[in-house]
Amino acid sequence: MHELSLANRLVQVAEEAAREVGAARVTVVTLRVGDLSGVSVDALRFAYDVATAGTLLAGSRLELRPVAVRIYCPRCEREAELPSMQQFRCPTCGAPTSDVRAGRELEIESLEVE
Amino acid sequence: MSTPRILEVRKGLLKKNDEIAAGLRAMFIAAGTFAVNLVSSPGTGKTLVLERTLAALRERGHRPAALVGDLETDNDAVRLARSGAPVRQINTHGICHLEADMIGRHLDKWELDEFDFLFIENVGNLVCTSSYDLGEELRVALLSVTEGEDKPLKYPTLFNTADVAVITKADLAAACEFDRATAERNIHAVRPGLPIFAVSAKTGDGMAEWLDFLIGRRAERFAGVKEGAA
Repeated sequence: MHELSLANRLVQVAEEAAREVGAARVTVVTLRVGDLSGVSVDALRFAYDVATAGTLLAGSRLELRPVAVRIYCPRCEREAELPSMQQFRCPTCGAPTSDVRAGRELEIESLEVE
Repeated sequence: MSTPRILEVRKGLLKKNDEIAAGLRAMFIAAGTFAVNLVSSPGTGKTLVLERTLAALRERGHRPAALVGDLETDNDAVRLARSGAPVRQINTHGICHLEADMIGRHLDKWELDEFDFLFIENVGNLVCTSSYDLGEELRVALLSVTEGEDKPLKYPTLFNTADVAVITKADLAAACEFDRATAERNIHAVRPGLPIFAVSAKTGDGMAEWLDFLIGRRAERFAGVKEGAA
């Protein structure tokens, strides 16, 4: 359950960005969450309501954009989306690979402010 | 009231931690200190493996130190100190993982160049710990034979982000009907090519190979780099 610390961090980053442009409040937060980020989406949603209360983000909506894990296959020499987190192999040729190119993201993509 | 507008932010939530970790990493490398982060669930036997690792490294003429993270108590630091190595406890008071700034705060007044290894025993947790870089060169995921072979499949992120896996309590394998081949296959399913060691800190089995690996990795990391204040 590190989602509450992450949600608090999210509020800090979002408030900073909103204040920079003189916004009075944040209405929507769009967050990219990689499947390999180690974050529980349910716990994050729960923590979000707690962390945003009394801030510029109070009452705002959290939009989650899941980011699938993408690996690089050394045999096919190309990137591919991983169909299962339990099998780090190329979905085309089956070659095992640890070369992760996407899926660890945990970042605020955008904010809707007013 | 102003009109709604969209701000492109593109900021990582772990960026601050990652920056602090990068600073620590540079400091460890400059001091010739090889930092190792140990992650596992509670009860894997991290502390005993670490206690024996610290003692054995000292016997081989190395100078290890350790930081140990726990929610509460300094029991583990007291146990680890029996090895003779300098040890400090980090109490997280409810936080389920260590963060880079906690490491930074607990290095105060330690001369890093007096240590060639710094072990960081993370809080027992298979989920949260994998998100936080602590400036380590090596992340070790431990799995005890009592936890079952399929743990790596249930917690792929932890094993995927590790640099080496250590199977602990190997002396209990038969009693637990632990199938090492299956465990290794599962670890390699989520992290192909990951080096795996099996040890019993209690009997000492497998410890020599584990120590050789640690010493080898450190030597590789500092090959060509002058140690300390050259």
